[in-house]
Amino acid sequence: MTEDIISLIRENVIQGRVTQDDEGLEEEMVDQPGVTELIYKALDQKVDITDIINRGLTEGMGIVGQKFETREYFIPDMLASAEAVGAAMEILEPHLASSGIKAKGKIVMATVKGDLHDIGKNIVTILLRGAGYTVKDLGNDVEPQAIVDAVRQENPQVIGLSALLTSTMTQMGDTIQALKDSGLRDKVKVIIGGAPVSEEFARSVGADGYGADGFQAVSIVESLASGAGS
Amino acid sequence: MARQGVLVEPYQRLNQEQIERIHQASLDILADPGIICFNSDAAEVYGDFGADVTPVEQEGPARWLVRIPEKIISDTLQAAPKVVKLGARHEDNCLILDGSEPRVRFASGSEANNWLDVDVETFISKRDPAREADFPVFRVQKGTVDRLAQAAHLCENLDSWDSFLRTVNIQDDDINDENKDVNKFFASLNNTTKHVMSGLTELAQLDNVVGMAQIIAGGEARFKENPIISFITCTVKSPLQLVDDTTQKAIEIAKRGIPLVISSSPQGGSTAPIREEGMVAQINAEILVGMALTQLVNKGAPVLYGSVPVRARMDDLNDSYGVPEFSQYNIDCVQMARYYGLPCYSTGGISDVNVPGIQASVERLFSHILVTLSGAQYIHYAFGLLERTNTFCPIQAVLDNTHIDMVKRFVRQPSITSDRVSECLEQVRRVMGTSHKLYVRFVRSALRSGEVTPSYPFEGKGMVDETLLRARENMEQMMSQPPHHIDRATIDRVFQQVPGLLPRLREY
Repeated sequence: MTEDIISLIRENVIQGRVTQDDEGLEEEMVDQPGVTELIYKALDQKVDITDIINRGLTEGMGIVGQKFETREYFIPDMLASAEAVGAAMEILEPHLASSGIKAKGKIVMATVKGDLHDIGKNIVTILLRGAGYTVKDLGNDVEPQAIVDAVRQENPQVIGLSALLTSTMTQMGDTIQALKDSGLRDKVKVIIGGAPVSEEFARSVGADGYGADGFQAVSIVESLASGAGS
Repeated sequence: MARQGVLVEPYQRLNQEQIERIHQASLDILADPGIICFNSDAAEVYGDFGADVTPVEQEGPARWLVRIPEKIISDTLQAAPKVVKLGARHEDNCLILDGSEPRVRFASGSEANNWLDVDVETFISKRDPAREADFPVFRVQKGTVDRLAQAAHLCENLDSWDSFLRTVNIQDDDINDENKDVNKFFASLNNTTKHVMSGLTELAQLDNVVGMAQIIAGGEARFKENPIISFITCTVKSPLQLVDDTTQKAIEIAKRGIPLVISSSPQGGSTAPIREEGMVAQINAEILVGMALTQLVNKGAPVLYGSVPVRARMDDLNDSYGVPEFSQYNIDCVQMARYYGLPCYSTGGISDVNVPGIQASVERLFSHILVTLSGAQYIHYAFGLLERTNTFCPIQAVLDNTHIDMVKRFVRQPSITSDRVSECLEQVRRVMGTSHKLYVRFVRSALRSGEVTPSYPFEGKGMVDETLLRARENMEQMMSQPPHHIDRATIDRVFQQVPGLLPRLREY
């Protein structure tokens, strides 16, 4: 029974089905429970949460990654699966501590002050949640002080800053300066991304990393959050 | 089943009044000044059906001034079939060309002398010898039977290439006027299961070519049902002169009831007026006179309205295919064919430049889009032609296939059904309920169904345009696909019964 539900969760992650309303990629999945319904069912059945996460969600996402590498899957597939894992983690989060599972890490995401463009930031948020991180999304047009406050309150390992405009990218430097002024810069890693920024710009404003796309952003977060990038 | 091409909502450049004005102008041209006919059989046929035929006293070959009354044109337009089937070795590849339906198919064309190979060489920067980059270099070769076969094989493997018109003039040492026709048709038919169309070099070879096609199609009756080959004849030398040789070929092909393109290719500014009303009135008259002849010798003979109007370059009087007037002329002709209900063999996708690149892409895509929008049933010259029509480049054909696919995707009719609108509204509601407000995951079904156009397949990764390098890789992959040859027993029969075939074509 446990095996059945774990493999169903894994399959639905691969299919990118958040709920039973999602069609996925195969016709026979239509109207069958999606990841959300299956997670609730697994909790009802007292399935081990470590198994749900490791053999259901993580293994499923690993297969999705392989399919993306071999070009069988595209970005929409990857995001659908990441969204399914993110939804599952949100349901499981209250149960993690009691199960003795250490959260993977917390990330704060924001589009900087003056910039309303949040597609990139949203994609990175979905992918990070899909990778098992807890993400606090501060939204767009976020003042440096609000980010400083969030760091104090949420104690994240990494902050992700996004900008689309050449006129707002300078806010990234201002935000990093605000963190320094508050004495918080050493407590958190900062990565940046967005169309106008580059690796060179990241260095110039004192960021710890630059993600050229969502997948690179996740990979840098993995490296920084685990301490390898320190 | 037949190849579906793409059905378009036709762009109407001319309004009804303008179409009728051009029709009347064409009739006026045929009545006065009439046409000069260099073919005695044709002059006799026109005379028998009521044309005013007067010998022209002039040095040189015999000729007649033929003034054609409106009745001949209206009667023969009525007799000409409005739907023509172009068969194929693999019958799913046949084309049903319906003059009333703006469904577009794409074919190659010309009989180019040159074949352009694209090689890749590594170049070293003079300024920074540590910098190396790969660039295409071009090599002109002459057309041969083997290269014609390669082009047919490429046609077989490119999805948008609906019908194979001989691409290169075969100039092997062992090819002459007497054996050219059978060998070019055999090399084509043996390497593609799509429809094969060509001109005829020697009228004396017509029955050998038809006999070969009948054997391959499965017999005379099967060939009649599924005409796997057809012919093109340019009966007219513009302005308004019926050529002896090609007119005789048209008569003989029409008598045999084999699909035939009556094409005319006047040049605006030299052999036709440069303004579109004059150009179109003249080419229309030239095509109508050829079409009429086919119906007078064999009522109901399958015929295509073949319009190949071009404009003269003002610097050297060569043909210019890259100018917007070329597309205007062609669209007008498509409308004239539709006015008569005849399937139209039209022209698009050619460029004036010698090599693939920016100019080639701009010029050919311009007419690819516009002439496709006109709803021509059959667009020839659409693959691989460069240097006007003097060079065929297989890599350019690979690029054209991709570009035509993009054009087909664009012209497809919208499908705004109530079900689809409801589905979208549901998506909007679901996305607005999320924090990220992204529709990305709802792309998936459209992506999997092929509704979403893939990225340009020849895009490079760095700061160098790698289009030709990527297209070359794609072409090599296509060429490595297994060929779809005619079965061995049929080939044996063809070689036993058809004279003139090169023995080396039997080996593969």
